Order: sequence, then C-alpha cells, then structure tokens
Amino acid sequence: MSAILPPGRAIWWKQPLDRVEGTWIIIALLWCLIMFFMMPYWHVFGKQNTPGEAYRTTPAAFQAKAQAVVDQYTVRTEGEGQFPVVKPPAGSDIYLIARLWQWWPIYELDKNQTYRLHISSMDWQHGFSLQPDNINLQINPGYDMVVTVKPDKSGTYAIICNEYCGIGHHTMVGRIYIK
Amino acid sequence: MANTTEYRICPDSGLQFHKPAETLMKLNAVAAVVFLLVGGVLALLVTLTRWPAVHLLPADMFYQALTAHGLDMLIFWIIFFEIAVLYFCSSTLLRCRLATPRWAWLGFALMLIGAVTTNVAILRGRSSVMMTSYVPMPAEPVFYLGLILFAVGALIGCFVFFGTLVIAKAERTYEGSIPLVTFGALTAAIIAIFTIASGAIILIPTFLWSVGYISHIDPLMYRTIWWAFGHSSQQINVAAHVAVWYAIAAIVFGAKPMSEKVSRGAFLLYILFLQLASAHHLLVDPGISSEWKIFNTSYAMYLAVLASMVHGLTVPGSIEIAQRQKGFNKGLFEWIRKAPWGNPVFSGMFLSLIIFGVLGGISGVVMGTEQINIIIHNTIYVPGHFHATVATGTTLAFMALTYFLIPVLFRRDMILKGLAKWQPYIFGLGMSGVALFLMGAGTLGVPRRHWDISLADSVLGYQFPGSAGTLMALAGVSGVLAVIGGGAYILITVGSILFGKKLPGREYNAKPTMLKMPVATAIEGHGGVGVGGFAAPGTLIFAFIFLALFVVYYAINWKYLSSVWPLS
Repeated sequence: MSAILPPGRAIWWKQPLDRVEGTWIIIALLWCLIMFFMMPYWHVFGKQNTPGEAYRTTPAAFQAKAQAVVDQYTVRTEGEGQFPVVKPPAGSDIYLIARLWQWWPIYELDKNQTYRLHISSMDWQHGFSLQPDNINLQINPGYDMVVTVKPDKSGTYAIICNEYCGIGHHTMVGRIYIK
Repeated sequence: MANTTEYRICPDSGLQFHKPAETLMKLNAVAAVVFLLVGGVLALLVTLTRWPAVHLLPADMFYQALTAHGLDMLIFWIIFFEIAVLYFCSSTLLRCRLATPRWAWLGFALMLIGAVTTNVAILRGRSSVMMTSYVPMPAEPVFYLGLILFAVGALIGCFVFFGTLVIAKAERTYEGSIPLVTFGALTAAIIAIFTIASGAIILIPTFLWSVGYISHIDPLMYRTIWWAFGHSSQQINVAAHVAVWYAIAAIVFGAKPMSEKVSRGAFLLYILFLQLASAHHLLVDPGISSEWKIFNTSYAMYLAVLASMVHGLTVPGSIEIAQRQKGFNKGLFEWIRKAPWGNPVFSGMFLSLIIFGVLGGISGVVMGTEQINIIIHNTIYVPGHFHATVATGTTLAFMALTYFLIPVLFRRDMILKGLAKWQPYIFGLGMSGVALFLMGAGTLGVPRRHWDISLADSVLGYQFPGSAGTLMALAGVSGVLAVIGGGAYILITVGSILFGKKLPGREYNAKPTMLKMPVATAIEGHGGVGVGGFAAPGTLIFAFIFLALFVVYYAINWKYLSSVWPLS
C-alpha cells in the first residue's frame, strides 16, 4: 500500500528485498566502511591530523607564558609597536594569544622545523584560521590547545578570526612569517 | 469541545481532518510562514551585506540580522511547520482525534511567545550573539528565556503527537502497522525529544548564568551540549523531510515503498545514530580524543549516512516503479521524463531530494570527516553546506507539501498557479547557487559570520584571492534569486489562504470514518516492471552517478588536506 496508508500486509517485514535495494545497500555500506577507516588510516599514514593535546589553563597563566617567550625572543615590532615579532628557536613551545581583537604576538618561524604552538583565548571564543593555507581551529578560553606544527612552505601567513567575537571581529587579523 | 461537528473529509484527497487538529495545523503552518517571511527579509539583508560590492549593512546591524536570520529560519520556521506535519501524520493519516487539544494549544502559545520574545531580544540590539550564543559571550536573559519557552512548547507538541498515536491504536482507527510516513514522523519526534532535552540542559543553566545565579559555564561543555541541540534539531528536519518525500511520492504517484522493511530500517538507523552529529562541530576543538571524534562524527561507521543513501534510492525508486506500473515502462528513463514537472508538489519534492543529496549530503560527509574538517571548520563552506541541506532540502520539501495542503487543509483554490509552477525551480536554483558558491569561497578560506572580508579595518591585513570576492558576489546574486523564489512561495501561500476561491466540502460530521485496509496475506512483488530483473533500474543508475560524484569529491578533499602544513 502507499506510504501514507498502513502497510498492505500485516507481516510486511517478510517481503523479500528487490534486487535494486539489495545491490545498493551492499555498495553503500562498503563505501561507508571505507570512509570510516580512512580516518584511522590517516592518523597512521597522514601528516595532517587534528590536535589531540590540550590542557586547562587560565588567561593569566597563559598570558604569563606568552609574555616570557616574547620577552626572550623578540627581534622587532610591527603595526605601530602593537605586535612584537618573535623568533623562537626551532622545536620550542610558543604561545599565541587570542583576544578581542588581536592575535598576539607575530611569530617568525623556520621552514620545515617543528614547533609546539599553544593557543588560548583570553576572553570569548575565537577561530584560528591560517590563510592562505586554510588551517582552521576552534580556540576556547580556559583551554591551552597544543598544535604540533611543521610549516613546509615559506611566506607571509595571516591568521583570520573565524569565530564571531563581537563588533570588532573583522579587525582581528594576526601574522606568521615562515622563513 | 463540541462533539457534533468534529470531522471533515476532504473530497479531493479522501483525507480526514479532526477539527481541533485542523485548526492547530493551520495555525502552526501560518506561524511558520510568518517566520519564514521575517527570516527571508533578513536573508536579503545578510546576502546583500556579504556581497562585497554591495556591503549593505553596518557591522552591528549585520550581526544582529544574522543572529535573527539563523534562529527564524533554522528554528522557528522549521519547527512550527514540523509541528503541523506531526499533527498531519498522526491525526489526519491515522484518521484519529488529536490527543489533548488544550495542551496542543498551550504548546503553540508557548512556541509563539518564545519565538517573539527571542526576536524582540535580538531587536533590542544587545543579543547579537549568533544562533549558537557561545558562552562566555553574553546575550540578554530574555534571549535564552524565549528559546526555552519555545522548546517547552515544541516538547508539548511532540507529546501531543505521541498521545495521538496511542489514541489511534487504542481506538483502532487503523489496522496493522502505522503508515511509513507516520513512522518517519515518529522518528522525527523521537529525535526531537533528545534534541529539546539537550537544549534545556544547556540553555537553562546559561539563562541562570546570564542573570547571575551561576558564575561560570565551561565553553567546551557548552559547545558539546549545545550542538546536541543545534545539530540534532537539523536531524529532526532530515527525518521530517524524508517522511514528506515519501508522503508526496504516495500522494502524487500513489507510490508505495519499495519495501517497508528497508525504509523503516533506515528510519530506525536515524533514531539510533543521527544524534551523534554534535561531534561535527567539535572536530578541531581542544581536549577531545580522536577516538571520540571518529566514532561520533561518523555516526558510528556512517550508519546514518547509509540510511540517507537508502532513502535517497527508495524514494525515487518507488516513484519509478509507480510510473512503470502506469505504463511509462520504456527504457531506463521514460518514467522520469514523463513525471509531472509542472506540478510544484512533485518538482519541489524532487529538487529537494536531489539538492539535499548531491550538494548537502556529500558536502556534509566530507566536512564531517575528522581531519578534512581542518580545512573547512568555520569557513563559509559551512553555511554553504546547510543552505543545501536545510534551506533547500527541508524548506523546499515543506514548500512542496504546502502546495498540496492549500486545497486539502485550507480548502482554498491556489492562486497564481503559473508562478507556482516556476517557484520550486527559482528557489532551488537560487539556493543551489548560494550553497555552491559559498562552499567554493569557503575552500579559499573565507570565514563565516564575518562582516568584512576585505579586512580593511585591521592593523595587519590580508587579501583573499580575487576569486573569493567573485564567488561571494555570485553567492549574493544567487541569494537574491533564492529570496525571490521564497517571496513567490509566501505570496502564493498567503494569497491563496486569504483570497483563493473557497472550495466545497467544508462540512463537518460527528463521527470519524475508520481506515479499514484490506490486509493481504500473499507477498506481492513489483508487478513485473523494470529492466533485467531490476524493478527500478533508472534509479539505480542515478544512484551510481551520485556515488561516483561522492567518491571523486571525497578524494579531492583528502588531496587538498595533504597540501597544507603538517600538524597534529
């Protein structure tokens, strides 16, 4: 019977599958399994995986750590003195602050070197969006997110905020240099 | 409740309406269309602001309009309409009285008060927090209060639906099992209970936080539970609009499900797995393990995706079989060529199915892949995706159903039939453009919820590739076209209800007529139609084309991901 009426047969579950349905269910299920196992596969063989390391923190504690790195490794300033440009040693822990409405400081990193990039917000939620590479991460206050990152192309990169954070959201742009 | 004039049989469709249910269906549908109108005006403002050359609104008004647009469309328009669908699928399809009409009225009143309250809160200008209202960004307390009232009202509506199913069973208004469409509506209602409970669990504490009784809400906890509400509410839509697809296939073609077992099994997979999708929004959040992400984002091995792929086959498949049995049995595609493409009930439903599946379905699975989300999260790709799923899939399915309901439920002849013939195409084309161009711009990194991608007011600045601006302009043009299509729908609907010729058959009878179906004992096949032992070969070919697109697009995105900086 039609779909807006009760099934024509009381024991409707005994109707055998049509060949079209059976074929499609098997193929669709196989595709679903392939897509599922792609994710663990990429954890083993792929190079781009979502950051799994994070710690609880407070804005004050995180700011202090960032300040220590800035104090030690600043090489110059940009943006009328607002942004220290920091050149930390390869392999080190570096701290990026997200706040209304800045990504602070600017880092200058070496190509093909690994860094442990910590990111946290001082206030509301922000979105870390690295352009033009298009790497996007959600930044929450109270969480220190650790991204182990290995920039493999040199150039000037921008960090756009892509989580709405109030009226100055569109002015929140940071920078990373890869040399 | 007066007992003498309670039931009406529609002479055109044979459907029976219980008077209180009929009134509430009409009210919920009208409220839905009013919020669609408000949301549509806001859509125009939003689209004209994000079109870089126009850039209409100032920043504060843009964020205000975007907040209201999201809530009016994704929550209020759709859930009001869904309550009408629930009452239709229970009281009307089962030929049964509506359970507790007074509670149903209370539910409607709470939803209306809640929706208006939240809109007023946004209008006051201190609650431009987007639909998601992520803490710790605060909105005014009434913003949350309105949402809570709306949710309570919707919850009551769901329980009225459940109660009506119980009454139909107890009073034996039908024999055997409930119809497939009612089963789909039941799926939607079960998902709605989970959804609304999640909403209450997070919005009530957030309301208390906003008035100062709670000092801190963890942002990550908020995101996890809010999305169990926010994403699941979109899963209600999926279940509801798939039920509407089946209903329209039955109404227009007399199509019966290819097999009840498969279609109901697919709905059951929705109930079991669709809620896990909260994870889609947390893939690049801190402190969540990959095991959790992989299991949840894939709905446990993509079992809900499997269900959608099954519905995507069985709905057109059942239409194909019905058409072939009517004699359109030549070759592979005569059934679809000879379909009533000028009937907006059919064309709206079929466009909804195609656009939901191809644009919305594929993009949704791709962006919900744990690692691929890195290149998509919070870019304007995301609105691109859900303008294919909800704004086209759900909305167009509901529009198509409305064209059926104007004569049947409202007993009015439809006005502007020539325009109605074109409306699904205008709206579908516009929205497909919005979806595709936004996805394209998102791939180039354009952020969502962003007033000015020229970034001219920032100190350091950045210039997106020129093609990003072109894509945003094309999205703007498409958005205007979609608004015209949506406006045509509202014009036809409201015009028909107010000014359409009144149709006869408005008399009410004291007694319901029962739905007695002849219950066959033999297992019936598909009547020997089809090609090569396949009952619906044309549909299967469409399904393979879909799968090929899916595989190619999925592979392209892994390739793109592999080109960005290594990170973990």
